[in-house]
Amino acid sequence: MKKYTYTEKKDTRSGFGAGLHEAGKKNENVVALCADLVGSLKMDAFIKDFPERFTQVGIAEANMIGIAAGMTIGGKIPFTGTFANFSTGRVYDQIRQSVAYSNKNVKICASHAGLTLGEDGATHQILEDIGLMKMLPGMVVINPCDYNQTKAATMAIAEYEGPVYLRFGRPVIPVFTDPDQKFEIGKAWMVNEGTDVTIIATGHMVWKAIEAGEKLAELGIDAEIINIHTIKPLDDEAILTSVKKTGCVVTCEEHNKFGGLGESVARLLTTELPTPQEFVATNDTFGESGTPDQLMSKYGLDAVNIVEAVQKVIGRKK
Amino acid sequence: MKHTIKELEDIASQIRRDIVRMVHGCQSGHPGASLGCADFFTALYFEVLNHKTDFTMEGAGEDLFFLSNGHISPVWYSTLAHAGYFDKSELATFRKLDSRLQGHPTTHEHLPGIRIASGSLGQGLSVAIGAALAKKLNGDKSYIFALLGDGELQEGQNWEAAMFAPFNKVDHLIASVDYNGQQIDGPTSKVLALDDLQAKFEAFGWHVINTDGNDMQAIVEGLHYAKTLTGKGKPILNLMSTQMGAGVDYMTGSHKWHGTAPNDEQLAAALAQLPETLGDY
Repeated sequence: MKKYTYTEKKDTRSGFGAGLHEAGKKNENVVALCADLVGSLKMDAFIKDFPERFTQVGIAEANMIGIAAGMTIGGKIPFTGTFANFSTGRVYDQIRQSVAYSNKNVKICASHAGLTLGEDGATHQILEDIGLMKMLPGMVVINPCDYNQTKAATMAIAEYEGPVYLRFGRPVIPVFTDPDQKFEIGKAWMVNEGTDVTIIATGHMVWKAIEAGEKLAELGIDAEIINIHTIKPLDDEAILTSVKKTGCVVTCEEHNKFGGLGESVARLLTTELPTPQEFVATNDTFGESGTPDQLMSKYGLDAVNIVEAVQKVIGRKK
Repeated sequence: MKHTIKELEDIASQIRRDIVRMVHGCQSGHPGASLGCADFFTALYFEVLNHKTDFTMEGAGEDLFFLSNGHISPVWYSTLAHAGYFDKSELATFRKLDSRLQGHPTTHEHLPGIRIASGSLGQGLSVAIGAALAKKLNGDKSYIFALLGDGELQEGQNWEAAMFAPFNKVDHLIASVDYNGQQIDGPTSKVLALDDLQAKFEAFGWHVINTDGNDMQAIVEGLHYAKTLTGKGKPILNLMSTQMGAGVDYMTGSHKWHGTAPNDEQLAAALAQLPETLGDY
């Protein structure tokens, strides 16, 4: 039974911009910082209404993370904005010491994650950020799937006390979640109930999983699709409940298969409920220039790849 | 003045005793720059800083201090204990298992007086700027103090922060540099020369003053003078000359005591030079 309705196409980063604006209206302690990418991060509405609560740091991401950490000491809730690559790998030690270890209430908001950044190529397409961030003790890692979910997630993390990594993307993609949803950190969303296989997807891959589910239905395979928007903390219960029913799982993410959602699911299943699993993810590789669609296809992140993985994993069921 | 210079010097002597005993007690840690900054910490916490030992993270209405070169934690811990943040007996746990006095300062164990972890170098100035921006948004006109190591200025993040603060008129910020000219691998002049730090910071738009960091009168006056320079659109940089190991003759001026603990004999020689004034922990 499907629980989604396709409405229009929008980018998740605009969902972030809208959510930040709403969070800013709701709580005057919400502040924003950006490293010379205001337009890309869609921060304009927040800046227009709350100019004194916005800090432009220039192209100096390390300084941005440190300043954000310092601002929390005065009770502020800083949202930092830059591309995912510059939000994580470039400033890993700053995040590790000044934010995570110091348990500061900083929201690291990362746009243009993954291959779908497109033509800029591999220097800008980080496929390792989920792994980097989930390894930090205490860090919450969220990768929402559409405009509405990103907006809701942005508003929700403003009310959560502690460091958060929020990952979203550049391209326009289908909007299919509830515009008035209540976002619960760490709570999976059941996209489609099924019995033959569990497809667990995050971020841009959720819509791909839905497309795959429709193709699988034509093949007589009834797929359960679960959206894990919060990679850490993982909704163990939702995953185990589903896998007990279906007996096999395919994980889907726009990220390296090393260190991503798939490995988190594998860790859970290996200890609690050993289950055949296939990974739809990039395979220890950097990206390259191209359109988002071309790249998702070349690197094996399309609906057809999910269908193939499902057929393979069902064949492995005992 | 809350204290006479002599009283402050006596406090500094006790802090120096604590430093060498703490480092000796766990046979690790960084005595050199801790000793060199004992006078600065004494002047700051016992004379200059408007602070409450009933610690809150936010410190609303209080001056805040951030230590960027976290490896000189012994001097900070001893200062905080004698200022009343926690009992001095806890100094005996420095760098030992289950201690709140970690090798480098951290909020993780909730030690009163510490507001952020430091140790991985180059991050403290950015944090201090952030704290200053938050104070400004909160309408709190208190001061933000920071201490940076000189070798630490080789880290690029400092210069991102150095560019940011004057441009954004972060002018309730007084950053001091522990200008001892030494780092682990030798004199900074040989490892990676800092050259004319005053000219560099002035070129970035800071108001730079120079003080002698091992002359109590000079530090107290320098920090009070620095406060009078705030609120005028520029952050203040206090270029503070110190001697690594100051107060212990055989440690003075040498990078060899950056991160080496004294043995029993060396400890006795050091303590013989440092009068016990407030009582050992």
